[in-house]
Amino acid sequence: METLLFVVSAALSLLGGVGVVAAREAVHSALSLLVVLGALAVLYLTLAAEFLAVLQVILYAGAIVVLFLFVIMLLHARDPERRPSPVSAQWALAIPLGLLLWAVLAYASFELPGAAQPLPQGFGTVESVGRELFGTFLLPFEVASVLLLVAIVAAVVLGSAPSRAQTASPRERASAGGRR
Amino acid sequence: MTVPPQAYLVLSAALFTLGTVGVLVRRTALILFMSIELMLNAVNLAFVTLARVRGDLGGQMAVFFVLVVAAVEVVVGLSILVHIFRTRDTVDVDEIDLLRG
Repeated sequence: METLLFVVSAALSLLGGVGVVAAREAVHSALSLLVVLGALAVLYLTLAAEFLAVLQVILYAGAIVVLFLFVIMLLHARDPERRPSPVSAQWALAIPLGLLLWAVLAYASFELPGAAQPLPQGFGTVESVGRELFGTFLLPFEVASVLLLVAIVAAVVLGSAPSRAQTASPRERASAGGRR
Repeated sequence: MTVPPQAYLVLSAALFTLGTVGVLVRRTALILFMSIELMLNAVNLAFVTLARVRGDLGGQMAVFFVLVVAAVEVVVGLSILVHIFRTRDTVDVDEIDLLRG
């Protein structure tokens, strides 16, 4: 059963990963990313990380992918130029290098000794993760909340800037236009 | 755990490699971001696998904080991207070369 789940989820996540990299449209990339995230959530369940599987679905699939889709719709509706990409040389270089990287990483992962140990009761549930989070990792947790606050402020400042951008834009536009 | 943990790690390495190749070959900034997300998720899978192998919750904590940082990165990165698109009318990373010496 676990083997079947692993094979199906691994195949789905690899297919989705190829889709993210190779899709022509950004929307297709985002949907492929969604497939990867869902498959990884299943794998987290098989690895006794229930809380993280739920977080993965809510945070990544729910929030981040939706954010991506919003920005894609915002940008690409107005992005008319779609030239053929001149990157075949880049592909030809990147694929062997990627295979090399994968070989090195896979070789390193086979150095892992032994099989899994038996788990304590309730490993990876909300309760155990919460106890760990508010015990050992309390300070990083608080710092993470400050980091999220900084991100909110940054998003508001960057997002509400059109008036300033318009006053500063003639010079920007001139330099951008001169370059084309 | 009937599947050996090495299989999970090899899958994680494959996903990381796909993300790296994506960053290397794509030119749309949005797809670069998604490739970076792919790499972050590959690392998360490795963390969860090792947490399971060692029976140690520290790995899952690391994934939690990676999730937080990824959310922050996406929010700030995408708002910068929207800003760039407003002023430059493109999200092609080959065109965004103001800092070129």
